[in-house]
Amino acid sequence: MKRIISVLMENAPGALSRIVGVFSQRGYNVDSLCVAETDDPSLSRLTIATQGDNKVIEQIIKQMNKLIDVLKVTELTEAAHVERELVLVKVVANSEASRSEIIRNVDIFRAKILDVSAVNYTIELTGASEKLDAFITTLGNSSSIVESARTGVCGLARGERALTP
Amino acid sequence: MKMMSGAAMVVQTLNDLGVKHVFGYPGGAVLDIYDALLGQDQVEHVLVRHEQAAAHMADGYARSTGITGTVLVTSGPGATNTLTGIATAYMDSIPMVVLSGQVPSQHIGEDAFQETDMVGCSRPIVKHSFLVKRAVDIPKAIAQAYYIANTGRPGPVVVDLPKDIVNVTESHPYEFPADVTMRSYNPVLKGHNKQIRKAVASMVKAKRPVLYVGGGAITAEAQGKVTELAELLGCPVTCTLMGLGAFSGVHEQFVGMLGMHGTVEANKTMHNADCIVALGARFDDRVTNNVEKFCPHADIIHVDIDPASISKTVNAHIPVVGSIDVVVGQILEELAHESLQSQTEKLSEWWTQIKEWRTQNCLDFDQSSQVIKPQKVIEALYQHTNGDAFVSSDVGQHQMFAALYYPFAKPRRWINSGGLGTMGFGLPAAMGVQFAHPESTSVVVTGDGSIQMNIQELSTCLQYNLPIKVILLNNRALGMVRQWQDMIYKGRHSNSYVEAMPDFVKLVEAYGHVGIKVDHLDELDDAMARCFAEKEKLVFMDIAVDQDEHVYPMQIKYGAMDDMRLSKTERT
Ligand SMILES: Cc1ncc(C[n+]2csc(CCOP(=O)(O)OP(=O)(O)O)c2C)c(N)n1
Ligand SMILES: [Mg+2]
Repeated sequence: MKRIISVLMENAPGALSRIVGVFSQRGYNVDSLCVAETDDPSLSRLTIATQGDNKVIEQIIKQMNKLIDVLKVTELTEAAHVERELVLVKVVANSEASRSEIIRNVDIFRAKILDVSAVNYTIELTGASEKLDAFITTLGNSSSIVESARTGVCGLARGERALTP
Repeated sequence: MKMMSGAAMVVQTLNDLGVKHVFGYPGGAVLDIYDALLGQDQVEHVLVRHEQAAAHMADGYARSTGITGTVLVTSGPGATNTLTGIATAYMDSIPMVVLSGQVPSQHIGEDAFQETDMVGCSRPIVKHSFLVKRAVDIPKAIAQAYYIANTGRPGPVVVDLPKDIVNVTESHPYEFPADVTMRSYNPVLKGHNKQIRKAVASMVKAKRPVLYVGGGAITAEAQGKVTELAELLGCPVTCTLMGLGAFSGVHEQFVGMLGMHGTVEANKTMHNADCIVALGARFDDRVTNNVEKFCPHADIIHVDIDPASISKTVNAHIPVVGSIDVVVGQILEELAHESLQSQTEKLSEWWTQIKEWRTQNCLDFDQSSQVIKPQKVIEALYQHTNGDAFVSSDVGQHQMFAALYYPFAKPRRWINSGGLGTMGFGLPAAMGVQFAHPESTSVVVTGDGSIQMNIQELSTCLQYNLPIKVILLNNRALGMVRQWQDMIYKGRHSNSYVEAMPDFVKLVEAYGHVGIKVDHLDELDDAMARCFAEKEKLVFMDIAVDQDEHVYPMQIKYGAMDDMRLSKTERT
């Protein structure tokens, strides 16, 4: 099962490598990782998507908490939360037929075309990871994908729960 | 504000922190710091012969005192040579600060001469690390390093110092940091009251309780409280390899060490207990044997300062996060409300059972043997030191014999690499002990394999007049490897014997020390007496022991705690 862990840490050199180190060192998977400075520039917020049973997730959270740079860790998937991911996909759009099929899919998924060239379209879509998966599969069925880049999941708890220092 | 160079700041900060000894070795990147060490007498620098040994010395110093050990090395090979020592300290939660030189900031990343990414290399084996970027940040980084190393669950911290920031020709304002606390680091010392009450309820209810005491009790200086708790409950106590001495090894409630080479009574007590109170122990695989079969009847109370150690391998029913000293204090307070008069009566059946296990005398060995038995040597060592020496050890059979046959009445007397199992640890560790306790007897029990892994430090011993006593259980073999080969590989001794042993007596004499060779049992006692009568000099006893001896008891792989071999032919 997909589990999403959110980490609040010092925006300090080496902090990210320590986090990633815990995963490689202890044999946990990272499905995706998304990190950036927060509204308070002295802090970074990191969202990790991983897999594991409760025991593994408990250990991951404890091991993260042990890192000196880490202020707080929480599992988002434990409670109601919102999650978003962004993908950019470049597809071949070199015929009238392919272009209209792509535009139809872009409409259905509420995606956006960001760049147009003689042979390609570059499309942006934001949403839950599953929606992105579905979009990419659908696009791939009707046209050929040149390349794609995903940001990894980023999320926040719903309601009043918050990860603050 | 005082102006000084970065190098002077390093020394001044150490001084302001009360650091008395630094174990190190110079080189290009730290020449400025070495220059600043000259002409001051607050911080004594000990010149080692290999940087790995510097780390083990700092480690032995820390284990025997609780004071953070300090290491100073140059960049590149100097720094990488300390890695085994850092990992050793990390596995056993020993407070240590390693100051490593680094190439000048502007050359970092260029594969400059003697550049290694020390922060990167050491990342998985440190509690934390700093790469200091500006001279003015030196005092704070070093002070925080000491704070982190010796609070919470202790561990090694690396401070990497680029050469340009310690340059002796530049001056910067020096300010000792008033505050080293960090918003992201707040170790919990006090146990949660609700958990304490649950733990006490379980202890009071128990008919077959046991205290399982680990190194965390020593770190927290909790021996007094642990003893009080044990005596109040009247229950058996077992210690891990790291916890020996946290509860007296000669106390009548002590059932011995537990685990792979634990006593029958300790392992059976654990297996049959209905309540296990783990105090600063981490349910390591060398203790539990097969976790699936681990102690099926017990309610497990796990007290540890590191939440990540709780329920990592074995699930705890009552987790309590906190320092052992503080939490056991809380438990004692809570127990004061309980009426415990009936403890003796309640546990009488339990003790009858334990006493029966004890009658197996699992540590008996062939006393009539004319070949010197290693166990015999440890017993003699115990007698000749009145059981009161600091005993450091290397890794192998000799380590287990020392742990089993030398009962430790006090904490911090037994110094060994339990978690990493580092051969070559013993001699330098005993040196660190001797620096910290110049008036005490510092012994190292070692093997013919292990001693050759840091033997160059005999030269350091001469330089600093360290009257260490080296007890070499010479079985002309990598005995522990050989034992496993006997048991698991049908006696196929692949590369576990040593065909070209040096003449150790000549070797130590060449280093300027006293060597004594013991080949026959009837010489042992006199030789030991001579060894310990020599107060001023290092004495190295090369004792020929039985090559075929095995360490027993020994847990049987995949079994429960109490599935053990008792000798080459018997099992539980
Ligand atoms: C640095 C290192 N290398 C290898 C090992 C694996 N090992 C464990 S015990 C042992 C044999 C130790 O031989 P010796 O020091 O003679 O002790 P003995 O078992 O004979 O008492 C070896 C090779 C180790 N623990 N540490
Ligand atoms: Mg040997």
